[in-house]
Amino acid sequence: MTTPPGSFLELRDLRIHFPTEDGLVKSVDGLSFKLDRGRTLGIVGESGSGKSVTSLGILGLHKGGRARISGEIWLDGEELVTASQDHVRSLRGKKMAMIFQDPLSAMHPYYSVGAQIIEAYRIHHDVSKAVARKHAVDLLGRVGIPQPDKRVDDFPHQFSGGMRQRAMIAMALSCDPELLIADEPTTALDVTVQAQILDLMTDLQREFNSALIIITHDLGVVAELSDDILVMYGGRCVEYGSAEDIFYRPEHPYSWGLLGSMPRLDREPTERLLPIKGTPPSLINVPSGCAFNPRCAFADRTEGRSTSQVPELLETEGGHLVRCHLPRAQRRSIWDNEIKPMLEST
Amino acid sequence: MPGSDPPGHSGRTIVVAFIVRRVIAAVLMLAVVSMATFAIFFLIPRALGQTPEGMASRYVGRDATPEAIQGAVKRLHLDDPLIVQYGRFAKGIVAGQDYSLGPKKAECPAPCFGFSFNNNQPVWPTLLDRLPATLSLALGAAVIWLVTGVGIGVVSALKRGSALDRAAMTVALAGVSLPIYFTGLVSLSVFAYTLGIFPGGGSYTPVTENPVMWFQSLVLPWITLAFLYAALYARLTRAGMLETMGEDYIRTARAKGLKERTVVTKHALRATLTPILTIFGLDLGLLLGGAVLTESTFSIQGVGKLVIDAIRGNDLPVVLGVTLFAAFFIVLANLIVDVLYAVVDPRVRLS
Amino acid sequence: MRKTNALALAALGTALTMGLAACGGSAGGGGNTSSGNNATGGAASTAKHNDAYTKVVNPSEAKGGTLKFALSDEPDSMDPGNTYYAWNWNFSRLYARPLMTYTAQPGDAGLKLVPDLAEGPGEVSADGKSWTYKLKKGIKYDDGTEVKATDVKYAIARSNFTDELTDGPKYFAQYLDAGGYKGPYKDKDLNDFKGVETPDDHTVVFKLKAPFSEFDFLVANPQSAPVPQAKDTGVDYEKTVASTGPYKFESHEVGKQLNLVKNENWDQATDTTRKQLPDRIEVQFKQNAEDIDNRLMAGQIQVDLAGTGLQSAGRAKVVQDAAKKDSTDNPFTPFNRYAMLSTAVKPFDNIDCRKAVQYATDKVATQAPWGGPLGGEIGTTAMTPTTVGYKQFDLYPNGADHKGDVAKAKEHLAACGQPNGFETNIAVRGDRTKEVQVAEALQASLDRVGIKATIKKYPSGDWSAQYAGKPDFVHKNNLGIMIAGWGADWPSGFGFLSQIVDGRFIKASGNYNMMELNDKAVNELLDKGIQTTDAAARNEIWAEVDKKVMESAAFMSFVYEKTLIFRPSNLTNVYVHPAYGMYDYTWLGVKQ
Repeated sequence: MTTPPGSFLELRDLRIHFPTEDGLVKSVDGLSFKLDRGRTLGIVGESGSGKSVTSLGILGLHKGGRARISGEIWLDGEELVTASQDHVRSLRGKKMAMIFQDPLSAMHPYYSVGAQIIEAYRIHHDVSKAVARKHAVDLLGRVGIPQPDKRVDDFPHQFSGGMRQRAMIAMALSCDPELLIADEPTTALDVTVQAQILDLMTDLQREFNSALIIITHDLGVVAELSDDILVMYGGRCVEYGSAEDIFYRPEHPYSWGLLGSMPRLDREPTERLLPIKGTPPSLINVPSGCAFNPRCAFADRTEGRSTSQVPELLETEGGHLVRCHLPRAQRRSIWDNEIKPMLEST
Repeated sequence: MPGSDPPGHSGRTIVVAFIVRRVIAAVLMLAVVSMATFAIFFLIPRALGQTPEGMASRYVGRDATPEAIQGAVKRLHLDDPLIVQYGRFAKGIVAGQDYSLGPKKAECPAPCFGFSFNNNQPVWPTLLDRLPATLSLALGAAVIWLVTGVGIGVVSALKRGSALDRAAMTVALAGVSLPIYFTGLVSLSVFAYTLGIFPGGGSYTPVTENPVMWFQSLVLPWITLAFLYAALYARLTRAGMLETMGEDYIRTARAKGLKERTVVTKHALRATLTPILTIFGLDLGLLLGGAVLTESTFSIQGVGKLVIDAIRGNDLPVVLGVTLFAAFFIVLANLIVDVLYAVVDPRVRLS
Repeated sequence: MRKTNALALAALGTALTMGLAACGGSAGGGGNTSSGNNATGGAASTAKHNDAYTKVVNPSEAKGGTLKFALSDEPDSMDPGNTYYAWNWNFSRLYARPLMTYTAQPGDAGLKLVPDLAEGPGEVSADGKSWTYKLKKGIKYDDGTEVKATDVKYAIARSNFTDELTDGPKYFAQYLDAGGYKGPYKDKDLNDFKGVETPDDHTVVFKLKAPFSEFDFLVANPQSAPVPQAKDTGVDYEKTVASTGPYKFESHEVGKQLNLVKNENWDQATDTTRKQLPDRIEVQFKQNAEDIDNRLMAGQIQVDLAGTGLQSAGRAKVVQDAAKKDSTDNPFTPFNRYAMLSTAVKPFDNIDCRKAVQYATDKVATQAPWGGPLGGEIGTTAMTPTTVGYKQFDLYPNGADHKGDVAKAKEHLAACGQPNGFETNIAVRGDRTKEVQVAEALQASLDRVGIKATIKKYPSGDWSAQYAGKPDFVHKNNLGIMIAGWGADWPSGFGFLSQIVDGRFIKASGNYNMMELNDKAVNELLDKGIQTTDAAARNEIWAEVDKKVMESAAFMSFVYEKTLIFRPSNLTNVYVHPAYGMYDYTWLGVKQ
């Protein structure tokens, strides 16, 4: 075991594999990153890239199941992979909390919104129901639910989509978590509500000074919020850097694809400028060499290495990490001369 | 738009209105059921060329003289048009009717479902007499199968793939496949006649008469009947539980830091049990209309035994009475299930 | 024909036989492991198979205990005046004393009538149309009141002349000269009933339309048991029968349970045929037939009330286990199971075609569905062996071992002008499994000589009203062969034969002379016999009728039916009464 890190959260070579009848599914395969209090990390990738498995892994929700977990997860000086299930459980909801996507299915349909918040609060606080209820009403008010003292007894299906997401946030915040993970927090919402929710989260983050991880397939969501962005592909990090790095100097062809897929207000929502062809890789039979090679438009410029060698995640400059066989100069040149003009042309 | 209901206004008024609507529908349905039963017994035989005399000949002794058959036709009103017969039946339920026993008339106060064609006993008191046996059997068995079936189903789901799960599901498959008259007779043969642990067939005693004997005599019927249903419920519960445990809100509950036991009992079980509750209500309603096979196998004089004998003996008034009785229980069970469902699942509206 | 409890559950029973027989086998020997009474099998008893057929098994005068009966069906009525079940004519004697009854003895001696309520047999007038019975003095109902002659008269009036009591036979209405009497429920004045006279409180005189020399048999029917008019509640009387026998009603839940207790007002001194051994008698109705057998074998109940014997599963157990078999008896029932060949349907209007069938039939094959030799003995006559007047003969010896004489059959086919056989139909009650199997065996037999028979199934409910009992239907549908059965209401040739062979009884519907035999000689012999007062001479005549019927070749007996009844070892004083073909229910006691 290595020494505890200086960062609030640090993942070291985290691997989460699931044995199945068809073979070993390597959902997360060697992921490392750091995150400090008050900072926001965006994890971006397609579905199946391993970003949700990572977040559940941090919360310890794969423990005791069929998953094989290795590597280290350090949270505030404690290592969680080797910690007991019960200990991790006691941290869940209190020290680290999660905001799930699609709150209609993520909230229990038979219990009122208030009851679910009260329950979350009382797991970690030995208070009476009345006290917890007052806390729940406060929370609902803080996340912007009108008439919170009345709506506290409503059931999830009686809320609108945006309000449900707010309630979900209230539930996650009920114990003032130091690490907050939001998994596609705005996917089901329309654009104006999306913006409200994102604003709300940043406000609350500032207020609590917590570390925030936002998981999304949509770079647009994290554009404003994130300090750092981690692009995941096939269970691995393919590019990591500051938001500026990723938005203005992206070096991985997959990141270019993501940027090109960003919905923009000046275009039809279905129109994608630079679509990523093909489908995400199988996590059982990962393509040999670079996992992205079958979909990469520039694989032919790697002198065959793309199919024979797994590229390493290498630092370019100032903490900007990229996992690509293309020489750096060539990447920069493709971005500057081929991709960027195309993105800006319309 | 949900969520915009003014609070206070909803609750009781809605439930009462719902129940009233359903009761009206139920009465109409019972009328239709009774008409259909009537038609099956009168219309179809007549369409096949049966004469009133032919029908009456079933209810008199062998070698009956033509006069005796005519007497029976008149006494049972078999020569009246169907609509008149039905009208008399309906009137009997509301206003009662009289019946000739011989030297004097017998009064049959409302609700009068008529008299058995075969043994001349009034149907309604007979039904009431048979009901406690059926209630005892059905309710006792229901408790057993609910507890064991759901319990095994939950454990099986949580220990999915384990030896215990596989064993339980094998037994459950047997339970679903084996007919009650087989399991019943085998259990009697082993536990009553060979080992002598429990009393044999025909030993049912009303609880008011001898509670100990009541209990002892019902153990084997309960287990036999419950075995079938427990097997069914174990499979249902297991499947439901597996589905529920994969739901997002279970993940949420865990993410809150809830203990696994609380996750299972408070979050998973409640969602799993709701659809099972529906099935349970209907099963129980159906059984209260008579557990035909179990009652026959164990010679329990309940509603089910009554109706199967009546069907064999072409005893229309009894068949009609039990049919309505059973339909009543099914309607009632449906109603209760719907109301309960609305209580349990806030998404369901009574409308 | 008395009804039997033919169970619709037969098919189900067959399915169960396998499973349960296997269980019984592996349990091994059936020791004394049953609860309460250790009375499994016949281990404790030294009695052998069929012992109760010839003597009293477990003789004992020990009193006390509860004798338990079970019935898979429900009775038509427990009212002695309103029942047609054979077992009930036996059972009802526990609480109802008819004028005459059968001697309490096994074997032929039991077919002899002895006075019961009466002091002696009926005295017939010179013209043969008036029968007089003197009642014994001092016979009381269970409430202590004395039986009067008018009670007997009333019992006859209610059971035979009312629309309400429809379940019993109507012989008295048929034979008594009652004019247009409307019955006691419409006409409250019993004096209007002229068919029976009561000159004093102890004399009953029956007035007949025509001489009827077997009238003593008629009054052995429970309908002659007295009923006080004041106590009669019509169809409900079965709940509160006024008892004259050794037991009285304690409670009767119709279709469910009947409990009898000792009648203190019954006097053994007045009764030569009954005993009063158990303290209580309990009867459960509508019990599972398979389970009744198991309970008998476990000694939890003593008698299957119907007396029709073990179900197929129970039979299988008995056949496998010698000790169990020793606890069974195998008596004749009053039933003959037979085929009638319609003399009105071509080509059976030709006697040689009928004879061809008689010879062609493999009677071992047609015996099998009844359960082989345990289920019936191969029959060759119309009357059964337990009928008074029965004489054994075989006019159509069909091959060694009754397996059919194909050569002889073909001879008669040629004589009939159908040397290559012909086509015909076999009518059968489709819901009676055994009869359908018999029809199939017969079909196979006939096929051997070129007679192609098609089996036509009809529902038993309307069998006699709409199908085989309706000559028009029979003719129209070419029903050449009809499978049927018959049991006599009283064990004499007349009782057995009159309904099924008398040509004057051919009815447009509800006909039992399905062969439509109308032989003048037969009809005249029947008339002659019933007017012959000398019993021996009369019985000779019945044998002669039987022969004449068989000569017509229209009647072909398959088996004289037998049952296999189980005798638990805690049942005492057991013998098979020949008049009922079951145990004498008035003699039974129970070991405690």
